Amino acid sequence: MASGVKPRVKVPKKAAAGDAITIKTLISHKMESGQRKDGDGNIIPRSIINRFTCDFNGQNVIDVTLEAAISTNPYIEFESLVPEAGEFKFTWYDDDGDVYDTTKKIAIG
Amino acid sequence: MEFTRRETLAMGAGAALMTVLPLRASASASDDLIAAFTGGAEIADTGIELTAPEIAENGNTVPIAVSAPGAASIMVLATGNPTPPVGTFNFGPLAASQSASTRIRLAGTQDVVAVAKMADGTFARASKTVKVTIGGCGG
Amino acid sequence: MNFKALTAIALVAGLSAPLAMAGGADDDNMVINGDTDMTTKAAAAAHLDGALDEVISGWHFRSDETQQLQLDDFDNPGMIFVDKAMDTWNAAEGTEGKACADCHDDPADSMAGVRATYPKWNEAAGEVRTLQMQVNDCRVNQMGAEAWKYDAGTAVDMEAMISVQSRGMPMNVAIDGGAADTWAKGKELYYTRTGQLELSCANCHEDNYGNYIRADHLSQGQTNGFPAYRLKNAKLNGVHSRFKGCVRDTRAETYSPGSAEFIALELYVASRGNGLAVEGPSVRN
Repeated sequence: MASGVKPRVKVPKKAAAGDAITIKTLISHKMESGQRKDGDGNIIPRSIINRFTCDFNGQNVIDVTLEAAISTNPYIEFESLVPEAGEFKFTWYDDDGDVYDTTKKIAIG
Repeated sequence: MEFTRRETLAMGAGAALMTVLPLRASASASDDLIAAFTGGAEIADTGIELTAPEIAENGNTVPIAVSAPGAASIMVLATGNPTPPVGTFNFGPLAASQSASTRIRLAGTQDVVAVAKMADGTFARASKTVKVTIGGCGG
Repeated sequence: MNFKALTAIALVAGLSAPLAMAGGADDDNMVINGDTDMTTKAAAAAHLDGALDEVISGWHFRSDETQQLQLDDFDNPGMIFVDKAMDTWNAAEGTEGKACADCHDDPADSMAGVRATYPKWNEAAGEVRTLQMQVNDCRVNQMGAEAWKYDAGTAVDMEAMISVQSRGMPMNVAIDGGAADTWAKGKELYYTRTGQLELSCANCHEDNYGNYIRADHLSQGQTNGFPAYRLKNAKLNGVHSRFKGCVRDTRAETYSPGSAEFIALELYVASRGNGLAVEGPSVRN
C-alpha cells in the first residue's frame, strides 16, 4: 500500500427524501505523474489514483477516470440525489492495485 | 510532490518555452483524444460550462469545475501538458447534476478544454485559457 | 534570467521608499467554516515603532481561488495532515510507552491558546523555545522517544494540529524578560541584507509588501498562518523552511531549520504579527 493514504469525505448527516446534496471527497496521495526524474536522472514511475467511484445503496452516482494531471491529494466534489436512507460507498483505485474505500450513512428527516 | 531546485528550474524553462512556442504536438494529441471521445461527431459550443481561474497562482493546484446538464460524461483535457488527459467524469443514475469540481496540474499557460457527451449522443465543448504564474519566490 | 534582470530586481526591491501599491492587500473577510471570524488585519504592535501601521495576514495577498481553499476545513488540504497528527497524538511511542494523549488528553482543551504564544521563553531551560522544540522536549524527556528532525513532516503536521486548537485567537508572543535578547537578535537578522542580491527581510516584506517581485505578490511575511499548505509542494511547510527558501532566494548561504538564528528570527517575526489570528494550517501559493 502506498504510504500515508487517508480518505476523507464530507456528506450531510441527513436530507429530505429526493434531495440533492453536495459531496466532497479528498484522499491523501502523491499522484506521482511519471513525468519527473529522480536525482540520478531516472524517470520516477507513475503512481496515481486512476479511478474514483461513488455509489449509494448499490446505485452509481459518479465514476471518474483520473489521469496524472490531477493534483496531489485528489479532490473531487459532486452532487448526489438521496432517494431514501442508506449508505454511500466511496472507492479509490491505485495504480499499484490497492483499493481504498470508506462509507457514510445518511438519514432521511 | 516535492521538486528539487534543478527540477523546478527545468520546469520553469520548459514552461517558458511553452509560452513562446505554440504547442503543436500536444494540441494535435488533444484533437486526437477529442476525436476518439466523439467518434468524429460534430461538437456544439453551448450546453457545457467550464469554470477555471484566469490566472493560477501556482500550476500545481488549479481548481476547475465542469457542468453540462444532461451529460452522460465529461472529458477534461489540458492541451498544453506533456500528456493532455486530465480526467473523465461519468455520471450515474443518482447524480443530482451533471457537474463536478476538482484540482488539476497545468505545466504552463494553456487552454483547458472540456467535452461533454450528452445522453442523447450529441456533444458539447467549452474551453478556457488559464495563465499560470511563473517566476515567484521559490522558498 | 540574466545578470541585468537580477540587478534590476535588486534595485527595485532595494528602494527604501514603498513603490506605488500596485494591487496591495485586498478587503475580503476571512470566515472559516462559516462561523469562525478571523482577524486578518490589526493595528501594529507598539514594538514595531511605526515600521508598519497595520499588520496584514498573507491571506490578503493571495488570489481568490487560493483564499477560498482556506475557508472550509474540508477544502483545506492542510487538514489531511492535521488528521494524521491526531493519529500520532494518540499513538504510544518511546521507552515509556506513552502517547501525547496520555498526559495532555484532548488537544482541544490542553492545547487551546498554545500556538498563539510561541516562540516562548522557557525559564527552566534558559532558552527561547519554538513549538517544535517544546514538542521534542516532551518526546525525549517524557516519552523516551526520538526527537523529530526540525521541520520534518511529522513535526510540522503536529505543529499544525496544535495550531488548529488556537485558530482565531490573536497572536500574542512575549518579547520581554528572558526573551528580550533573542528578540533583539531576531530583529537584527530581519534588517540584515544577505546574499548576492543584498536583500533583507525588510526590503521585501516591510518596504515593498503589496508590490510584485517578478510574478510574486509580496506579503508582509507574517507567520500567523504557519504551518502553511503550499500549492507549490502540496504539503505543510514550517516557518524555518520558508525562511530558508527566502534567504536562499537572496542567493545567500542559509541558516538551517532549527538553528539559533532562525529561532530568534521566528520569535521576532511572530511578534510583528501580534494581534493577527492564528490561522495554521493556512493555504498559500
